[in-house]
Amino acid sequence: MTLLIALTLFVLAVFLGLELITKVPAMLHTPLMSGSNAISGITLIGALVSAGSDHTALTTTLGFLAVTLATINVVGGFLVTNRMLSMFAGRGKRRS
Amino acid sequence: MNTPDLISVGYLIAAVLFIFGLKGLGRPRTAPRGNLMGATGMLLAVLVTLLDQAVISYLVIVAALAIGSVIGVLLAVKIKMTSMPELVALFNGFGGGASVLVAIASFIEAIELGRADNQLAIAAAATALIGAITFTGSVIAFFKLQESLKWSGFTGLPLARAFVLLVSLLLAMMVAVQPDTRAWLWALVAAGLILGVISTIAIGGADMPVVIALLNAFSGVAASTTGFVLDNSLLIIAGSLVGASGLILTQIMCSAMNRSIFEVIFADTPSATAGSRDDSDVYGDRVTSTSAEEVAMLLEVADRVVIVPGYGLAVAQAQHAVRDLMTSLESSGKEVVFGIHPVAGRMPGHMNVLLAEAEIGYEHLFDMDQVNPTFAETDVTIVIGANDVVNPAARNDPSSPIAGMPILDVDESGTVVVIKRSLSPGFAGIANPLFAADNALMLFGDGKQAVIDIAAALVSV
Repeated sequence: MTLLIALTLFVLAVFLGLELITKVPAMLHTPLMSGSNAISGITLIGALVSAGSDHTALTTTLGFLAVTLATINVVGGFLVTNRMLSMFAGRGKRRS
Repeated sequence: MNTPDLISVGYLIAAVLFIFGLKGLGRPRTAPRGNLMGATGMLLAVLVTLLDQAVISYLVIVAALAIGSVIGVLLAVKIKMTSMPELVALFNGFGGGASVLVAIASFIEAIELGRADNQLAIAAAATALIGAITFTGSVIAFFKLQESLKWSGFTGLPLARAFVLLVSLLLAMMVAVQPDTRAWLWALVAAGLILGVISTIAIGGADMPVVIALLNAFSGVAASTTGFVLDNSLLIIAGSLVGASGLILTQIMCSAMNRSIFEVIFADTPSATAGSRDDSDVYGDRVTSTSAEEVAMLLEVADRVVIVPGYGLAVAQAQHAVRDLMTSLESSGKEVVFGIHPVAGRMPGHMNVLLAEAEIGYEHLFDMDQVNPTFAETDVTIVIGANDVVNPAARNDPSSPIAGMPILDVDESGTVVVIKRSLSPGFAGIANPLFAADNALMLFGDGKQAVIDIAAALVSV
């Protein structure tokens, strides 16, 4: 991938992100933040390659730490978002 | 289909799932499904990555995945809703930290394989700096939110911040110019870690929603720049999406405080300059204190009651007590709503999460724009643990530090009952003329106990 293509992806994705998230109601501010934060744990896939490529002891160690941190971020982030949202949803059902 | 193509297609599907996921998270009805789609995209991305030919040893990976999953699950399941801001801050930090580690690892590998060019170096430098700031910034935010870190910096802090930022930029330049020298990158990471600490250490509680949202955006940008290092399109796309959504939240929070991002990060906190002032000219002997019984009598004859929660409600863990009070008032035919300021609490949407935990339906939760026109028809407004967001000085006094900040116009209601421990100022460090207003009554004490007392008195009236 050339730098120009990478930059194109970057700029287009930023604009797409700005379009996607306009007018979010206040009740969803926290779930949106923790859910999107879990998505930013996508760095995990880079960490997997570093940890598994068996290059040097240093890069494997860095990779191991990175996979651990990113996995906490991803697993914890999606789960806690789900927990919050089911709190909202459970309440809605009970009232209707 | 060969393996690299299979991986690319997997990444493409994951990117689409992330886009639908984020879109879904923006609407109450679709939010749970959106979160699920995001998680599915992530799972798919991880699975196809394991097919990558560069991955030859699975032992380390499986161990790290297992450890991370256990910790992640424990944190997500055990956390109390009142501690949600800390957890979000911590997860942000982990994401940023992981990005730094990945960037360093692949940069070192590139140096050793003789593939380190300037383009790679620039991307690695950007990731190292942004990720390191995100990491320590989030960790400091975590400790500040836990209130286990009280230190709020020293007078020369803004200067130190500017200096370290300058050093960081110079180091980043050196990384780009001499990509084969590892030391520059390590030095840059160190500078970024320091910058993260000194940028967040002085930030006060009320600015926390802005900071948390901004760190959220940073963790996205760090993932995105990691994508440039690894030449990985999925990282670039997912990271930018998160960066953009974090930026929007930051913007919402900033406009709710009438402050710019620049002011929050670089200006001295107002509380550093105020606080020791004499408030007697504002309060004099005009502050009327009240009792739970008196408040209960007021509520007895009220038709419409607005409850305004603030951070004090979270500290006192009063959300369930407030729910009971609401139920009791509603059973005698009164209208009860909650008026929520966008920056009430310590993170975006903090009050909504807390009240949801107490099973208060969101038809009761009013945004600032919805609730403000209704205060004139409200008989009693109960303010619990909020201060600056109900300070009329923001509206009336152009010289006030919070002048122009949108506030909840609670002073327009018939009677305002303020439940608060003392007359001490809020984050802005300024006196609140509301407390001395003719229609305001102060109920001094712990938020939870006060609400329980009112509810008990209501039964016996």
